[in-house]
Amino acid sequence: MERGAIIKHDQSKAPKTGNWRYMKPEVDKEKCIGCSTCVGYCPEATIEMKKYKEGQKDKADIDYEYCKGCGVCAEVCPVKAILMKKN
Amino acid sequence: MNKDLTKHHAPGHSACAGCAFPAIVRTVLNEAGENVVVGNATGCLEVTSTLYPYTAWKVPYIHNAFENAAATISGVERAYKILKKKGKVDKKIKFVVFGGDGGTYDIGFQSLSGALERGHDFFYVCYDNGGYMNTGNQRSSATPYGTSTETTPAGKQSFGKMEVRKNLIEIVKAHGVPYAAQANVANLTDLKKKAKKALETEGPTFLLVFSPCTNNWKFPTSQYVNIAKLATETNFWPLYEIENGKYKITYEPNSPKPVAEFLKTQGRFKHLFSEKNKPVLEQIQRMINEEFARIARLAEE
Amino acid sequence: MTNNKKLALTGGYAAALALKHINPDVMAVYPITPQTPIIEIYSKFKADGEVDTEIIHVESEHSAMSACVGSSAAGARTVTATSSQGLSLMNEVVYIAAGLRLPILMAVSARALAAPINIHGDHSDVMGCRDSGWVQIFCENPQEVYDKTIIGMKLAEAVKFPVMVIMDGFNTSHSVENMEDLDDKIVKDFVGEYKPEKYLLDLENPVTFGPVALQNSYFEFRKDMADDFENIQKEYEKICADYEKISGRKYGIFEEYKIKNAEKVIVAMGSVCGTIKDAIDKMEKEGEKVGLMQLNLFRPFPYKDVKKALYKAKEVIVMDRNLTFGTKQALASEISHAIGKEVKSFVYGLGGRDTFQKQIIDMVQGQLKDNYLL
Repeated sequence: MERGAIIKHDQSKAPKTGNWRYMKPEVDKEKCIGCSTCVGYCPEATIEMKKYKEGQKDKADIDYEYCKGCGVCAEVCPVKAILMKKN
Repeated sequence: MNKDLTKHHAPGHSACAGCAFPAIVRTVLNEAGENVVVGNATGCLEVTSTLYPYTAWKVPYIHNAFENAAATISGVERAYKILKKKGKVDKKIKFVVFGGDGGTYDIGFQSLSGALERGHDFFYVCYDNGGYMNTGNQRSSATPYGTSTETTPAGKQSFGKMEVRKNLIEIVKAHGVPYAAQANVANLTDLKKKAKKALETEGPTFLLVFSPCTNNWKFPTSQYVNIAKLATETNFWPLYEIENGKYKITYEPNSPKPVAEFLKTQGRFKHLFSEKNKPVLEQIQRMINEEFARIARLAEE
Repeated sequence: MTNNKKLALTGGYAAALALKHINPDVMAVYPITPQTPIIEIYSKFKADGEVDTEIIHVESEHSAMSACVGSSAAGARTVTATSSQGLSLMNEVVYIAAGLRLPILMAVSARALAAPINIHGDHSDVMGCRDSGWVQIFCENPQEVYDKTIIGMKLAEAVKFPVMVIMDGFNTSHSVENMEDLDDKIVKDFVGEYKPEKYLLDLENPVTFGPVALQNSYFEFRKDMADDFENIQKEYEKICADYEKISGRKYGIFEEYKIKNAEKVIVAMGSVCGTIKDAIDKMEKEGEKVGLMQLNLFRPFPYKDVKKALYKAKEVIVMDRNLTFGTKQALASEISHAIGKEVKSFVYGLGGRDTFQKQIIDMVQGQLKDNYLL
């Protein structure tokens, strides 16, 4: 055991909180306008803006390893490009 | 995961789905940069981010106890000062403390006051969810008037909490700190600006951030941003700052909505919409109007 | 050997002087009688530029220990001082400091606990945290306070446990006695430079202090602590032996006074030991064979050595300067446990009550009407 319970960050020890999810957010990349509003609000920081198509703005992309399926992203999306579906 | 947003606090933490404070923590720490030490009072943030063997913290972090986060960072900051003088530390380091309202308004109040008075160079951020959420929703001195909690339940002879929320910012201001402000997780741009200002200011600085709790305020996990927005749109939670004694409202709704619009989104205020509690609802609206008028008056001075 | 100076100092001054020679990085303190001389004298050293310690004048003892935890975790050599109610107030964080394995040094002017409130010496306060995971070293006089403060600092950092150096409030903290100090440089060389392994200000190796450990790990962490605590005595003895080389003064886990041929052995800690020795000398002249075991190291408790030293004694008499309710006295129960038989247990000196030679002789001769040296 670590003396004094002084520990270091190690992502491999992180619980994969994606298995909390019972609803899954899905991004409609055609609809997404790349405004990145959802990015800052996601409690798990699972959303990244990623290259979608040449000449287009980067689009929201969700990391399901940690996404808990809260639905905040779908709620804040100004164009309703994220839909919550049964996991 | 988003690399830019996880330089300090990483996923894998066990905050509830739809919790508000991770966005606050990330926004504040992104302004602090890489060279930062985080202090944390016992509470939701602490228990969800440091469950052995995993720590979500990629930066140096210390949790001591519930009521002593400010005293603890006092020790860290002075250690830094002397070790820097002795050449054992070379970088310029920022010190940021996170505490909930229980650990700040109530049990950590003395420790905070002492640290503010001594003038340590640190930034204290209180994420305010209006009660003891980590222990299952008991009232704190930050709980709003009229809230039904587990220890102030609404009932035949009770409309919930009968006392008015402690005005912590005014008390903090009375210590003569150079910067104190109120922010809201719904407005990340405003939060970011305030965090930046606080971190650039030498000496003790303070930020009170509105942080809805899905579990104990009783609203769906998807709603924290919407509810937090309504708090400011109804003037329930005004956004303002006090810089060297000068008040400034940083965002003002064009036409404030009635506070009922905010209250009706949460189970903790459900009882206020009964016929019997109509006067309480009216009283809440009056109190909000008066408090906003007071801040507006001070901002005009 | 050194050019030792002859001094006449109080225990409080002796503690401040030892700390001055150590020159720690951070001291976080809150005033309480009878600890105040230590922090006042140290503040004057600072005001005169004789030390460069950052002194944090906090708003309570709870914050004093909290700031010490922050400072020590940050990687700074950290000290504090307190008494009585102050130690009780910091109790929560006293446990945390030990659990985080922080080598904080605390000078304690031991004092009674309320109620009723009383500002004078006894051991009630320090007995209240005897199971906290702190090393507890008792001192008889200013000389011992000076020496054991230096020993305590080195010990804390060697074993990575916090250390309390305990003197009797007023009896030692405010009484002037002759003593010698050491050359400043000799002390600094002896304690050496503090090099923490994991610390907050090490930005290259970020660590988390104070995580949550639940049913699956808490027990192991606490057991590891208990195991490591077992190694302290050996290290203490080693450091005492090294200290003898620089000071000429010998300290052990306990001091034996005329124990060899004694039929009756008194066991005690702190300032009363001087009076006991005088009483023993007097009884010796009258043909009575009495000895004293003056215990220095109370935590960890040196069971094996105590047993070895006391096995020949026909009668063991233990003097406690604290009162435990509903069970045996603190020191008496440890001694009884160590030697595997009952001891005669007496309580003396509560709330600063003087203890006289005659009372000690009466105690040894079975002349007291009960177990209190009232």
